[in-house]
Amino acid sequence: MSLLSVENVNKSFGGLKALDNVNLEIAAGTVHAIIGPNGAGKSTLLNCFVGRLEPDTGSVMFDGQSLLRIDPHEINQAGVSRVFQTPEIFGDLTLLENVMIPAFAKRDGAFTMNVWRGVALESDVRAKAMDMLADVGLSTKAQDIAGQLSRGDKRRLELAMCLVQEPKLLLLDEPTAGMARADTNNTIDLMKRIAARGVTMVVIEHDMHVVFSLAEKISVLAQGTVIAEGLPQDIKGDPRVQEAYLGGAHL
Amino acid sequence: MDAILLQVLNGLDKGGAYALIALGLTIIFGTLGVVNFAHGALFMLGAFCAVAVKSVLSLEKVTLDPTKTTAWGTPMEIRVPYIEAWFGDFGATVLDFSVPISIIIAIPVMLLIGVAMERGLIRFFYKRPHAEQILVTFGLAIVLQEIVKSQFGANPIPQPAPDLAKGMIDFGIMVGFDAGNIVYPAWRLIYFLFSIVIITAVFAFLQFTTFGMVVRAGMADRETVGLLGIDIDKRFTIVFGMAAVVAGLAGVMYTPILSPDYHMGMDFLVLSFVVVVVGGMGSLGGAVAAGFMLGILQSFASMNEVKTIIPGIDQIIIYLIAVIILLVRPRGLMGRKGVMEH
Amino acid sequence: MRNSSMSKNDLILLFCFSAAILAGPIILAPIGAGYPDLLQKFAIFGIFALGFNILFGLTGYLSFGHAAFLGAGSYTAVWTFKLLSMNPLPAILLATLMGGLFAALIGFICLRRSGIYFSILTLAFAQMSYNLAYSVLTPITNGETGLQLRQADPRILDAALGRDYGAVLPSSDFFGIDMTGYPGFYFCAVILIACFFFSMRIFRSPFGMMLRAVKSNQNRMNYTGLNTRPYALAAFIISGMYAGLAGGLLAVTDPLAGAERMQWTASGEVVLMTILGGSGTLLGPVIGAGAIKYFENIFSSFNEGILMKAFDFLPESLQHIMVSISSLFVGEGWHLTLGALFMLIVIFLPGGLMEGFNRLRTWLGNRTGGGDGGAVPDTAPAPSVGGD
Repeated sequence: MSLLSVENVNKSFGGLKALDNVNLEIAAGTVHAIIGPNGAGKSTLLNCFVGRLEPDTGSVMFDGQSLLRIDPHEINQAGVSRVFQTPEIFGDLTLLENVMIPAFAKRDGAFTMNVWRGVALESDVRAKAMDMLADVGLSTKAQDIAGQLSRGDKRRLELAMCLVQEPKLLLLDEPTAGMARADTNNTIDLMKRIAARGVTMVVIEHDMHVVFSLAEKISVLAQGTVIAEGLPQDIKGDPRVQEAYLGGAHL
Repeated sequence: MDAILLQVLNGLDKGGAYALIALGLTIIFGTLGVVNFAHGALFMLGAFCAVAVKSVLSLEKVTLDPTKTTAWGTPMEIRVPYIEAWFGDFGATVLDFSVPISIIIAIPVMLLIGVAMERGLIRFFYKRPHAEQILVTFGLAIVLQEIVKSQFGANPIPQPAPDLAKGMIDFGIMVGFDAGNIVYPAWRLIYFLFSIVIITAVFAFLQFTTFGMVVRAGMADRETVGLLGIDIDKRFTIVFGMAAVVAGLAGVMYTPILSPDYHMGMDFLVLSFVVVVVGGMGSLGGAVAAGFMLGILQSFASMNEVKTIIPGIDQIIIYLIAVIILLVRPRGLMGRKGVMEH
Repeated sequence: MRNSSMSKNDLILLFCFSAAILAGPIILAPIGAGYPDLLQKFAIFGIFALGFNILFGLTGYLSFGHAAFLGAGSYTAVWTFKLLSMNPLPAILLATLMGGLFAALIGFICLRRSGIYFSILTLAFAQMSYNLAYSVLTPITNGETGLQLRQADPRILDAALGRDYGAVLPSSDFFGIDMTGYPGFYFCAVILIACFFFSMRIFRSPFGMMLRAVKSNQNRMNYTGLNTRPYALAAFIISGMYAGLAGGLLAVTDPLAGAERMQWTASGEVVLMTILGGSGTLLGPVIGAGAIKYFENIFSSFNEGILMKAFDFLPESLQHIMVSISSLFVGEGWHLTLGALFMLIVIFLPGGLMEGFNRLRTWLGNRTGGGDGGAVPDTAPAPSVGGD
């Protein structure tokens, strides 16, 4: 059964056609990678899922609900969380607060004016956030200010912020870009553990090592169209995919 | 028709002043990324350059005339400005033209003030948040106006226009209407023309010189220009000095229209900021267009016919327009995306 | 359960704050500020700044129009005196509500934009209110003269209760206690403490955490399932209510309302108070408000005679030079000091006096060989949730 289904999505910027009739089915409980050369429209597609962009035509259905023409926060409340290419975190707040905020959002909804019950009393939210930080290996830095973290730590923090919401669908935009090999392997392990919990994931990734370690299904995007789709081993040998990567890249 | 034209004319001089101040504000913002709340104070300092020049020129030589006595029986004092005593009629003419002559003095003075401000204070705030820039320049504006107040007092000091330009011009005749329908103070027309000249000069400078090209490139994309290895710092200083001169000249020439006092800068600053925002932060054309537009609209709103329909409209028109424009066009008339949104 | 909702540190802070405010007349007497008129101003502007801080300090939205809410509160309070009763309670209640209502209206529009555009929009609304109060709204505001009480005012509630003020112009009284002098100060002081308590609750609550998130990263908030607009609007309305309340109290201690309270320089003053004390800190705004009002009072009352005395120890020629230099900064020239202070604070101490205290504490801690110098103080902008 598919959790996210994308039908005939088109998006143009001026004369440039960024997405050209994209169709995509993301099955529940799978890790689905979207790969493709630069400028293929991968990030544009992801932006259409979270309400950052509105497709010109087509539909995006998530769990029986359309994701179009609703606000980003409503999409998140429906169960979609996203990790960005450049980590979007609360730079002035502590790591613990960074993770508690999404936990509150999950529990209390898009807006609550909870003034009388102090944060100090919310021990279960706090415990949950601490567990999550431990999960991504940041528990020793819980009281540090998030803006001072290294780029890799920021990514892990952002991941923790998404995971603490127990999303039905997790979107990751190049989660290992710019990471050293050791860090990348740690992230792969982490994502495997997340996948094992049954979280559906859509991953955009350039690093084929990451893609083939994780993905159960791969879609290849080139010039705004899905040119190939299938199991990792099928994609590896697909000549169209080789072609799209200018024939040179070794998959 | 006559009435409409008259109102348009009435708005032009004020619009010119708004446009000149807003032009400097927007150049500073576009290139340096600084929100300068002290820009109104520069306008005020310019106006007081004229006051200072006038008072120096009219320093008087006092002689006693023993042949005449006053009502109290003391010898009559004859007061003659030195400049008249030394140069005769030429001196008197110079004194009469003190406002335009002040321009010559105001250019180097304002340039110096601008450069000192940029080197001494503003440059430390390039990377600080906009809120802090606003606050520190706001503090500077208060300091500058209080200094002026302590030197020149709190009352407005009238500055006469040269005799030649004191009268009215029958503008109606010039454009083919009946005589006497559109009479307009000559100096205000001169101010409008002056502001057009300055605006044209600034645009020409930015358009046709290499320096101007770099500045425009900087306004379009600051980071890239920095990467080109151009010594952007020195240029920033000059840009700031230039903006100070423009604001200062706007102030010098405005003195015959509005007697300068120490807080005239603040009054104009608030309106000029509205002008900049309406035009679009960082947009030169926008600042000029919005300046004249708001000046003219304000003069229309002060017509009795309009005021009887919508009472109080003359008091709020500029702000009302600003609110509407900002809500309909978030980035102002000609603003660019992503400017000033954090 | 109520008690456990506050940490021990917060209780101590609240207790010390209350004690310091209530003992104000004694504590501040040695520096010449122990008289009721000035103390009332400390308390009232403390409330104003506390409220402004909830908006600016937490969400980062810099409003240049908060004086409009202060003015609206003053007008409402004076009208309540005229129409209903000289008891301050209905006056400040309605003033607070009016501040909130006005803020809801203006905030709803202004919060559609952020950054400098938001600042200019709030400024525009405040200037419109100010200009209108001087012109067409004269029937309500009494224009330049300002809104005043009259003996012939109806005062429906007072009349119904058989309260008659005779031939004198009434002043506000709290069930028989005249609201001038010290009773007036204590009335304001109790409200200030209540406001401080409420502000503290906001700072320590998940709601306050969300407000700081608004300042930090609105994008992330949206993608985290939080709707930023109502959070910012709620902060705007709360700060508007604080401002309305402060305006109401100004009218309680002196039943007169003028449009100059709405001018943008008045808005600038509350910004300065908040920054000076330390925006985003709990205690800072109150300290900032107190400092500004104190210095305004002291500096503007200085004259050359006092200065001559102050520099008495110098040789005469030096004395004259010092006097002529320093006289620039006092009396009429007090605004020069204000402007210079403004600049110095922003340049050297952007975190305000609270940051200065913390630095001093750290420095002293290091000099005495460690200690608690590095500990996070109760009033730090980011209260440590792991602390208890």
